[in-house]
Amino acid sequence: MKRFLEGSQAVANSVALCKPGVIAAYPITPQTHIPEELSKLVAEGLLNSEFVNVESEHSAASVVLGSTACGVRSYTATSSQGLLLMGEVLFNIAGLRLPVVLTCANRAVSAPINIWNDQQDSISLRDSGWAQFYVENIQEAVDFHIIAYRLAEDRNIMLPVMVCMDGYILTHGVEVVDMPEQKDVDRFLPAYKPLYKLDIENPLTLGFLADTDYYMETRFAIQKTHQEILDLLPKITHDFRNVFGRDYGEGLIETYRTTDAERVIVAMGSVCGTIKEVVDQLRRKGKKVGLLKVITYRPFPIDKIYEALKNVPKVAVLDRALSLGADAPLYTEIRAIFFGKKRSPKLIRSFIAGLGGRDITLDSIKEIFKKLSLKTTEEEFIDLKPELLKDKV
Amino acid sequence: MKEIRIHARAGQGAITTATILGYAYFLKGFYPYAFPHFGAARMGAPMNAFLRVDTKPIRLRSQIYEPDYVLIVDPTLLRGFNCLVGLKDDGIAIINEGEGIDKSKLNFKRKLYFVPAAKIALETIGKPLANTALLGAFIAVSRDLDIEVLIKSLEIRFKGEILEKNILSAKKGFEFVKERF
Amino acid sequence: MFGPIFSKPLSSKNNKTGSWRMGKRPKFLQTNCIACRMCILICPEGCIEGEDKNTYHCDYDYCKGCGNCVEICPRQDIVMIEDK
Repeated sequence: MKRFLEGSQAVANSVALCKPGVIAAYPITPQTHIPEELSKLVAEGLLNSEFVNVESEHSAASVVLGSTACGVRSYTATSSQGLLLMGEVLFNIAGLRLPVVLTCANRAVSAPINIWNDQQDSISLRDSGWAQFYVENIQEAVDFHIIAYRLAEDRNIMLPVMVCMDGYILTHGVEVVDMPEQKDVDRFLPAYKPLYKLDIENPLTLGFLADTDYYMETRFAIQKTHQEILDLLPKITHDFRNVFGRDYGEGLIETYRTTDAERVIVAMGSVCGTIKEVVDQLRRKGKKVGLLKVITYRPFPIDKIYEALKNVPKVAVLDRALSLGADAPLYTEIRAIFFGKKRSPKLIRSFIAGLGGRDITLDSIKEIFKKLSLKTTEEEFIDLKPELLKDKV
Repeated sequence: MKEIRIHARAGQGAITTATILGYAYFLKGFYPYAFPHFGAARMGAPMNAFLRVDTKPIRLRSQIYEPDYVLIVDPTLLRGFNCLVGLKDDGIAIINEGEGIDKSKLNFKRKLYFVPAAKIALETIGKPLANTALLGAFIAVSRDLDIEVLIKSLEIRFKGEILEKNILSAKKGFEFVKERF
Repeated sequence: MFGPIFSKPLSSKNNKTGSWRMGKRPKFLQTNCIACRMCILICPEGCIEGEDKNTYHCDYDYCKGCGNCVEICPRQDIVMIEDK
């Protein structure tokens, strides 16, 4: 049913439709409204779930690690410093092959302290073994949580999934959402049947020491499973379309007017909407421009991106996060796809925008397309204020 | 696409205002997108709430720089900051009339509607919460929506006595504009 | 694909840590024992058994010869001896 909902409220209700048995979360802006709404649903008896109030994000992650290990579908959400505080546990959740679903309300990382949106938090956890989705709008946020559980709990996968949604822009934005029906979610997402669980009747040890004889195989297995996700996700999104009627293609990337494009921006998250607007505006003026949206960042859909970009002469990669001291994360990986390949864009340029909530406007995007016509290949920060940069304090 | 920018202080209910108005558009079959931008994220700090409305889903995620409408909930914000910046030439501003506004400095070919919204709110709600009176005025000015759909939207947000008071406040704001302009 | 994720109980029995002893092993004298069970608690391998006074002994297949039981025994009823 179509409703006019705040992103956080919509996501909380979507998670509730997945009926998690345990929810544990610690409040942090801009994630707070999600667990707030969930705790309300639990308190009002609308959601039969154990809501565990914890003293930190580290504990929240530990609780869902434990509850999922006991065979119970579990959920948590966080942002920024909270995600980083969870970091140690997040690696454990992936290593133990526990299908937790987490919402990251993307926010900049301190210092300086900043509560606004960029994607540094979840990008910093890209190596943790979690699958990562980056959503463009609230409808996608709602749908990809349901897809996330289905993927995570698949018996061939058994890995956690992080759904990343831009803080404020999507968490505090209010828009029209088609909320799924419970009966459809039940049809699409069967009850969680764990492959193994902690059970006093049938004991086993999870999280044992794996020495030099064992550790490498556990990591290799996760690496292989990520490859399997690339094959499985298209089947899941296909099922999703059959049940809910919304089409996310293969769930890996989305191409927007790229077929004959001469200039394409690669980006993730809500900024893709703004880019689509600019693409349409410039197309009306006869400019051949397009967008490649990366939905699934982990696993990284290398083959799909190669196919989408191999004939595009000029590519701009828009990062909303940095790998300080090196090239930007998404840019590095997009470039790496084309090394040694027969077909490749002539130019792939790195653009950084929207850090710490700096607004990405239509003009910011137009500037990127414009700068892609120039000869230079350097990394460029869009909407930077040079007057604030000083060589001496 | 229509773009509405609300100027207020954190805690004055600007997000609620944008959401109520958005809901009214939603009831009429439009696709609204309401969102806030906080400055200091503390009560009393200047902040904006935005509302974009179109007949198809909104994709543009930036803030609103060239609004069709500006709603000013707190007139003291006009002291030191030009809330009308970027307002389209044929744009309309609806301002909660307060003391100390030098109207002569607010230039313009643009249409300015001064509504004693806080006064209306004190009479109806009992607190200087100007929002619903301004929304009533907006309905009268914009002609996109009718007062009934705004009342339906208020019914989603409020209940009981508070609902009744807010409906009254909205109606008074609506009538003020109808009578005066 | 999975890899080693969990292990079943008793699987550690395959690791006979008795081979780790470096020259010495504990001897349970079983003369002044008061059945305080401190040796059972302290043993890192959990390879000490016993119920009543002077019944305590260890499984040398698993005893690493760390000597913790000797240190903790309040009656000096366990001693380290040459491991032959």
